Amino acid sequence: MSQLHVTTRINGDETEFLCEAEDTLLDVLRDRLGLTGTKEGCGTGDCGACSVAVDGRLVCSCLMLGAEAEGRDIATIEGMATGDQLHPLQQKFIEMAALQCGICTPGILVAAQSLLERNPDPSEEEVRYWLAGNLCRCTGYDKIIRAVMETAADMRRAS
Amino acid sequence: MRYEAPTRLEEAVSLLAGQDGAHVLAGGTDLLVKLRSEMIEPEMVVDIKRIEGMRDIAAEEGGWRIGAAVSGAEMGEHAGLVADWPGVVEAAGLIGSTQVQGRATLAGNLCNASPAADSVPAMVAARARVRIAGPNGMRDMDVIDVPQGPGKTALERGEFIASVWLPARGERSSDAYLRFIPRTEMDIAVVGCGILLSLDEGDRVTTARVSLGAVGPKVMLVDDAAQAITGRVLDEAALSDLAEACSQAATPIDDKRGTIDFRKHVAGVLARRVAVIAAKRAKGETV
Repeated sequence: MSQLHVTTRINGDETEFLCEAEDTLLDVLRDRLGLTGTKEGCGTGDCGACSVAVDGRLVCSCLMLGAEAEGRDIATIEGMATGDQLHPLQQKFIEMAALQCGICTPGILVAAQSLLERNPDPSEEEVRYWLAGNLCRCTGYDKIIRAVMETAADMRRAS
Repeated sequence: MRYEAPTRLEEAVSLLAGQDGAHVLAGGTDLLVKLRSEMIEPEMVVDIKRIEGMRDIAAEEGGWRIGAAVSGAEMGEHAGLVADWPGVVEAAGLIGSTQVQGRATLAGNLCNASPAADSVPAMVAARARVRIAGPNGMRDMDVIDVPQGPGKTALERGEFIASVWLPARGERSSDAYLRFIPRTEMDIAVVGCGILLSLDEGDRVTTARVSLGAVGPKVMLVDDAAQAITGRVLDEAALSDLAEACSQAATPIDDKRGTIDFRKHVAGVLARRVAVIAAKRAKGETV
């Protein structure tokens, strides 16, 4: 069976890749394009470690076929910083030590960015519900939630 | 496995009809899990998202037609749909995480045919109908007739659901859905209950539809529960009768998520709460 040829846009760059029909978008990102920032946790859409945005919509890349990316706009953790300039969320996660092992962190950052784009002033409850599909087995979540809240406050002050 | 993404409905039907072991891909939140765990090994996956209309929410005959590939998140962002059918939208919104909401669909939740599907009791209460595309053209079916048992639907070879239609809601009418889970998010219903009701000017229930999920092999419409409140103001006595009828009607199994006794009890508790929410909405209150 010949491979599928897919043309898509990843972090703003026109990208082409070949993949098998069975390959998930996560497989493609990690194994074919070398974008290993997106992590595989459960592979069943429960943990959120593989979160990416597709056409601005937060999804699990493990629950989407690579072939479905044809013509779509994909945003991964690799596109979050601007050159050496970290995104405010990334900076705040470091300052507040909102991570330990770091496996869940890219997914949580991508998910939190998606929230703040829609809602620059979320309540703590809204942050917790939005991130309910991002599991972290290290931090106990509190530092993550506080870092997102503080970043939102900083970004509101800056705008 | 072949991957096909047709742009025309007829093409999708002919692909599905012409290949054994062909599966429909809309949001993929169930299909991909089954695929990766090798529960299914399809010869072909037919992605229906590029077919015209599949991603649209359109006004139709006073109600709404929702394309088979519209996600829960898109439904939740549609002000008109949320205003008319808050119960269906909140039920769909309970499926999975934010990430799953970005892809999961009503039609997929229905076709996955889980007895615990959250959106299905809400759709049944709402008198939702599906439009099915197939080798013999289109046909419409009531949502309650689609699931035939766990994992089984009434769809035939080559058929797939193209859209879900929610009818006009009616004056002083509204719906609501609640489920019980042992945590607050990211879980599967132990019991689910959807209710649609209409009130007269004296707040008496004129019509009601009460539906239960996760307490039988498929969703159930509980006529006795609807009758228990029809013609009555929703006072304590009426709500007790409603709860009793739901507990009686429930035929759950014991499993790790709940016992038979617990589920029967919770069916009644949820029905009371759902009826109160639906009634407030029918009076125009925001709940």
